[in-house]
This record gives sequence, C-alpha cells and structure tokens, in this order.
Amino acid sequence: MMNASPSTSSVLLPQAPRLLTGKGWAAVLAAAITVALLVPLLNLVVPAGHALHLSDYAVGLIGKIMCYAICALAMDLIWGYTGILSLGHGLFFALGGYAMGMYLMRQIGRDGNYQSELPDFMVFLDWKALPWHWSFSDSFAFQMLMVLAVPGLLAFVFGFFAFRSRIKGVYFSIITQALTFAAMLLFFRNETGFGGNNGFTDFKRILGVPLAQPSTRMVLFVVTGLTLIGFFLLGRLIVTSKFGRVLQAIRDAESRVMFTGYDPLAFKLAIWVLSALMCGVAGALYVPQVGIINPGEMSAAASIEIAIWTAVGGRATLIGPIVGAFFVNGAKSWFTQAFPEFWLYFLGALFIAVTLWLPNGLVGLFTRPGGIVGLFRKSKT
Amino acid sequence: MTPELMEQGTRARLDHEALLAARQPGGSGGRTASFGRLLTEGRPDFGTGVALYLDDITVSFDGFKALNQLSLAINVGELRCIIGPNGAGKTTMMDVITGKTRPDEGTASFGQNIDLLRLRENEIAQIGIGRKFQKPTVYEQLTVFENLELALAADRRARASLFFRLSGAQLDRIAEVLQLIHLLPEAKAQAGLLSHGQKQWLEIGMLLMQDPKLLLLDEPVAGMTDEETERTAELFLSLEGQHSLVVVEHDMKFVDQLTQGRKKVTVLHEGSVLAEGLLAEVQANEKVVEVYLGR
Repeated sequence: MMNASPSTSSVLLPQAPRLLTGKGWAAVLAAAITVALLVPLLNLVVPAGHALHLSDYAVGLIGKIMCYAICALAMDLIWGYTGILSLGHGLFFALGGYAMGMYLMRQIGRDGNYQSELPDFMVFLDWKALPWHWSFSDSFAFQMLMVLAVPGLLAFVFGFFAFRSRIKGVYFSIITQALTFAAMLLFFRNETGFGGNNGFTDFKRILGVPLAQPSTRMVLFVVTGLTLIGFFLLGRLIVTSKFGRVLQAIRDAESRVMFTGYDPLAFKLAIWVLSALMCGVAGALYVPQVGIINPGEMSAAASIEIAIWTAVGGRATLIGPIVGAFFVNGAKSWFTQAFPEFWLYFLGALFIAVTLWLPNGLVGLFTRPGGIVGLFRKSKT
Repeated sequence: MTPELMEQGTRARLDHEALLAARQPGGSGGRTASFGRLLTEGRPDFGTGVALYLDDITVSFDGFKALNQLSLAINVGELRCIIGPNGAGKTTMMDVITGKTRPDEGTASFGQNIDLLRLRENEIAQIGIGRKFQKPTVYEQLTVFENLELALAADRRARASLFFRLSGAQLDRIAEVLQLIHLLPEAKAQAGLLSHGQKQWLEIGMLLMQDPKLLLLDEPVAGMTDEETERTAELFLSLEGQHSLVVVEHDMKFVDQLTQGRKKVTVLHEGSVLAEGLLAEVQANEKVVEVYLGR
C-alpha cells in the first residue's frame, strides 16, 4: 500500500483495516489502567468503609467474570467469526482449571485434613501413592504447560478429524456437546484420579504464597485482567488480517473458499485450537480465584452459557462477548441475591429478547445504524 | 574430400539447424513440442493444445447414472458452450472436474500431465481451474473489495495470510477487475447488499482475480437483465484466447452471442454427449429436438 503509485481508481479503494482506532487504543489503555492500578488502589489502599472502597467480594466477582469473558472471546472467534458453534468450550475451560487445580492440590502439602503428602481425596480412597498422571504435578512450570497442552492437543485431534470429515453446523455442535458430556462422566469417576464429583477444593497457597492473602488475590486479578486485554488485542490482530477475513468467508460461503484454493481445514483447525487454548488459560486463572473446580464445569449448561454470553453481547464484534459476559453474569449475581427464584426465567427471557430484537446483540444497539440508540440519535438531530 | 563437398556439407547442416530453430516454438502441431520443454511438477502442460480432457467418466448415485461414459476435450483458449435439458449431468460434470464428486470410472486430466481425480478441491483451484456456481456465491458480510482481495492469486496458506499485505500492483489489479465488472463505485459496499446480477458479476470478478487457466461457468447470466447479459457476453469473448472457458447455459440467445455462429456447442443428454457442432447444426439435429421437446 505504501509503495503504490496511486492510480486514479485505487484512490477510491478502502484502506486496510487498522488494529485499533485512536479511540480504541485509548479505551484499551483506560482498561489496562483500571485493571492494573485503579482496582488495586481502591481495594487495597482505600480503607474499608470509605465510599470509594472496593470490597473483596466485588474484586472476586469481577475477576471471575473476566475469566468468563475470555471464554466468550474465544467463543466469538470460533462462532462469531468462523460460524462454528461449539457447545463444548466448557470442557477446555475445565481442563485448564484441572491442570491448575492439580498444582494447587500439591501446594496444600501436609496442611490437609489427613496431614498426608497425598491430596485428601486420595487418602480418603485409601491410595498409597500418587497415580502416574500426577507425577510432575508439584512443578508449577509443568502444570502451566499442561494448562496449554491438554486443551490444545485435545482440540487439535478432535478438530482435525471433525473438520477433515467435513462435519458442520448443528452436527458439529452436537458432537462437541457429547464430548464434554463424556468427559464429565469420566471425571465424575473416582478412579480417574481427579477427585470425582467433589473435584478439587480447599486450596491453601500458590507458589508458596497464601491464597487468602489480599495481595495474592489482587495479583491474580491483575493477571486475569491483563490476559483478557491481551487476548482481545490478539483477537483484533487476527480479525483485521487476511486470515480473519478468510475465517469470515468460511462462515459465509465455505464452498467458495475451497474453490478459490484455500484449504478450510487449516484455517478452521488453527482458530479452533487457539480458541481452546484461550479457554484453558481462562480456566487456570479461574480456579485459584474461585477456589474450586469440579466436573460441573463440564456440564452441558456451562458450555451453552458461554454461547449465550457471546450472543447477548454481539457476535463477530470481539468487544460484544466481553460486554455480554459482564452483563449476564452481573445480572445473575444481582438477581440470585434479590430474586433467587426468578433468575432462570430472566435468563430465558433475555435470550428470547436478544434473538427476537437484537440479532447483533447489545453492542449492535450502539454500532448499527438500525439499532435503537441510532434511531434516537437520528430523531434528535 | 574436396572443398566443394565440405562447403556443401556445412550448408546442409546449417540449413537443418535453421529448420530446427524455426520449429522450436511449437509450430508443428505439437510433434516437436515434447522436446525441450520442462515439465514442472504441479503445473499443467498444454503442449498438445488440450486444456481439459475427460474420458469415459461415469458417475452414479444409487444406481442412477448422472454421467454415463462422458468424453469431452476442451482446447487451450477455447470458449465452449454446453447445453442440455435439466438433469443432463452438466453440474455433475463440473463437480467431477473441480473435485467435488469422484467418478466411479474414467479419467480426467488438466493439460496432459495433471490427473484431476487425485486432487482435492482447493488444490484443483490452485493449479488454475476456477468455478462459478449456479447460485451466486459471494461472502455476503464482507465488502466487494474484500471479496476480490481473498480471491487474489497469492499464497493460500494460513500462516502467510496472517501477515499478508496488499502490494501496489495487487491493489491496481483489484481496481482493474472492479472496473471490468462495473463495481468500482460499490467497492466499499457489503456484498450481501448487491443486486442478483451484481453478485453474479462479483463472482465472475473473483474468478478473474484467481487468474485461472480454465473457467467453468454454471449458468452465469441467470437472473441478469438483457443489458447485463450482453455485457457478460462481451466480457467472456474478451477472455477467450487467454483462458479456456466452459459455459453451461440455458439461454440460447446468450449461447448464440458467445458462439458467434462459428464455435462448437456440446449438447449433453442423460450423462453423455448427444451432439456436438455449430449452434445452428445442433438446433437442427433431430435427436436434439426430440430431447428438448420430449417427443
């Protein structure tokens, strides 16, 4: 583009899309400052009882929702942009969480109920030694590698065969749903060696530092926030590249993509594995903040919820799924306190409303000229 | 050995060399063409002048023979129209050429060295066969410009596309094609908002961006106005010679415009070639009339 001799016609042509606009960069910077400076300040420095104090509960809640937002972002890349609806992303999230959980279980050391080197649930099952797949679980570096390797490898193998067999649309969704359900049944069994239906809990410390300490929780919060921002920028990099446009082309007309000479398998597999890796990282950040991981995360509902956040916020926008995750989960935590029995009705009504009136999600209200906000703006001027 | 004899011999040798040199650019119907040309793996060789060669292709779906020992040859630079009643196997034939359907029997080759039956759809597209679908198929959510950008002949691998930047020459090429398909003012518009005829043109433009050696066009003027049809005919005629074109069409007026009363038309019926010849000839052919009018 730089070295083009601007012919008369190419002047009319659109510019290559930018990573972010000036306003976009300002917003990203503001988000980074909020996460890395403002929240720690309001939570740790401003004394409790002060009007500006941010409670530990709020920090924990926001941290948890940011993990969900990473999942929604991952879902947007594979569903919003590539048109492949996965109903099994909860599995990748849980696998990342379990990999982190194994390390946290080993960090408990002899402080558990049975004062044994082995995790409590193994003592309870009367196991004498660690099973083989726990061999390196005391190494933080190794388990962090597993956070990426296990969801990544599973996604690669599953995706390779599914995409090579050209399984598409609702069939693919059903298979991913079946996969996560099968994994849930596997993890429910005590013999699998992951604590059965109780999963892992009662974590004491991470890297030798107590988890209950406010500063530890704040570090986890900041890391989660910066990871979310980092993944958002990575997502932007992808969707503004030609690679991202090929993904959208696959969504709109896959046969055309094929007959143009692209191999859709490579593109789908790449974005599918990346999406799974993002969920794995989200799971690993989630577990130490929430303090528990169990097979419930692999339930069908957990995976479907990720799709709901994405749809509510607005597909194929990247920012939408983050907004959606915050909106739905924020509403959930408020509703379940104020009107506990009505939460599920509200969630159902929300999904119907979005499907009927907001095909572009909440973000569509602001960006699309046909959106409600756009209409108000027009009528004013 | 006399000086005269030596001189005569030298002259004869020089004459012979000059003759060989004159023959070199393939002027002898391809007989010398098999000498002195490099065959590159994965590149079609058009030395014999045939671009596409189908031989005895049979495709059956649950016993129904969609193609029945179909044989067909398309020359380099030729524009061939293929007509035939519904269900004659025209679209199945395109599916076989582009790798979507594998035939039960027969051979299909591109040039004389590439076996199409061993390649996948995207590989066939990469060696230079472009296909336009019956129903216009464009990327509706992307802009017209982006549609063409994706079709641009470039490295098709995933990693390369992550860091791809348009060069000035490529940008000019896109502008050129936009002008050719009369969509320059719509360059920034979403492809989904175009009219039916414009989408057809966009898809043709996407084929041109690929720079294919052989274009397969399935009912390219369906849903176009008379004026658009005429312009399409002009466009195809301008491509003739540089590209081989296979046009499947029902619109006889359009076929007449394309063949200009001197090009061959192939009539398909029940999966094989029923007749071949000038449009006027095949229209007068009794068998063809019978098939079309169902007598």
